[in-house]
Amino acid sequence: MGRFACRGAKAQSDFMLTKRIIPCLDIKDGRTVKGVNFENIRDAGDPVELGAFYAQQGADELVFLDITATVEKRKTLSELVNKISHHINIPFTVGGGISSVEDVSVLLQNGADKISVNTAAFKNPQLIANLSKEFGSQCVVLAIDTKQEADGNWYVYLNGGRVKTDTLCTDWARKAVDLGAGEILLTSMNHDGTKQGFALDITATLAGTLPVPVIASGGGGTMEHFVDVFTNGKADAALAASIFHFKEIGIPELKAYLKNKGIVVRI
Amino acid sequence: MKLAIIKYNAGNIQSVLYALERIGMEAVVTDDHAELLSADKVIFPGVGEASSAMNYLKERELDTLIKSLTQPVLGICLGMQLMCTHSEENDSECLGIFDTEVKKFTGQLKIPQIGWNLVQEGKEPLFTGIQQDPYCYFVHSYYAALCEETAAVTEYGVRFSSALQKGNFYGVQFHPEKSAIIGEQLLKNFIHL
Repeated sequence: MGRFACRGAKAQSDFMLTKRIIPCLDIKDGRTVKGVNFENIRDAGDPVELGAFYAQQGADELVFLDITATVEKRKTLSELVNKISHHINIPFTVGGGISSVEDVSVLLQNGADKISVNTAAFKNPQLIANLSKEFGSQCVVLAIDTKQEADGNWYVYLNGGRVKTDTLCTDWARKAVDLGAGEILLTSMNHDGTKQGFALDITATLAGTLPVPVIASGGGGTMEHFVDVFTNGKADAALAASIFHFKEIGIPELKAYLKNKGIVVRI
Repeated sequence: MKLAIIKYNAGNIQSVLYALERIGMEAVVTDDHAELLSADKVIFPGVGEASSAMNYLKERELDTLIKSLTQPVLGICLGMQLMCTHSEENDSECLGIFDTEVKKFTGQLKIPQIGWNLVQEGKEPLFTGIQQDPYCYFVHSYYAALCEETAAVTEYGVRFSSALQKGNFYGVQFHPEKSAIIGEQLLKNFIHL
């Protein structure tokens, strides 16, 4: 009896907290990259304008991933974050090359809600502990790029997928959560760019065992893929880039579709 | 109209300032007693940890000041929690404006609750003109228990106070500054009290 009551309460809470749809914008030198083409906005290369468009379309959050490699990077990024936070009325995460408490402090002061760390956190796991202690785990997103090898295991990759490690994705995710990561942004390199669907098994493994939300990334190509990742993949949120940028899927129609399939979304 | 945001050692103050700008309002961010006392409306935002925030407020005697305010005061997230009697977060005595306790989420839940959840039974005047049961954006590990002063209810494993109201004091657990147009309407409602 007690067990059933408990499960009922869980199901009820799951029912109310919505699954999130998160467009990802790649930024270089303060501009969005990957040519996007929207007739209803003036300058799709402007991250602020594109972000505001997605917010107005019903995106639940935004991720801005900075791929700038120049020395001016920090200044350009903090100025951009400041502009974004002035104009956008939903939460946003900033990632890309963040490696210190000081980097994060500047971005949060300029209005970012969360930051994501990847390679720097793997090389120095204490960074996660320091960030969560200083700013709270709710703003520390750990991004993991992972790939399933021939042995069937999922390994962590670094430096934008260029460097393989011998660490299992599940082990690193668990350790990072223990250190204070508040969310996991999981990108499957096997699926990224394929539009053949998200990596359901590894997503479900993490989402089903970790006490923090898991954002699935890589492979979303159809609206059915989003249904799959929220049901079979147990993901708390799904992130995609080009399908939104190239208008292959509109956020309003995606949310209507998900709702129709019984998935709780904010409309 | 003079709007003041209480400056203390908590995050997210800039976001509130920018959200006010988006609805055409300017605000000062200050811990100056005279400035806060003379403001028409005071916002008490915050993302952070309860005991260090309370210590900071006490050191600057902002604890007694906040309790003494007679103009409308809006606590957001940690700000609202600090206006309750006590928080389980590091066993912190709080301001005791709202007669309820702040507890930690327990059970088979992902903590913190991060995301958009339903805000039900929202009362006027904060929720005036807002659609029934809107979705708002939450980020928190602790919640204010239901009480006489509950002004909206949200459920995450447990039903809790997502808004509180007592006299001139208001509080919301969610982040109106990040809750799209619903949040903007709520901020407007507060400003126009």
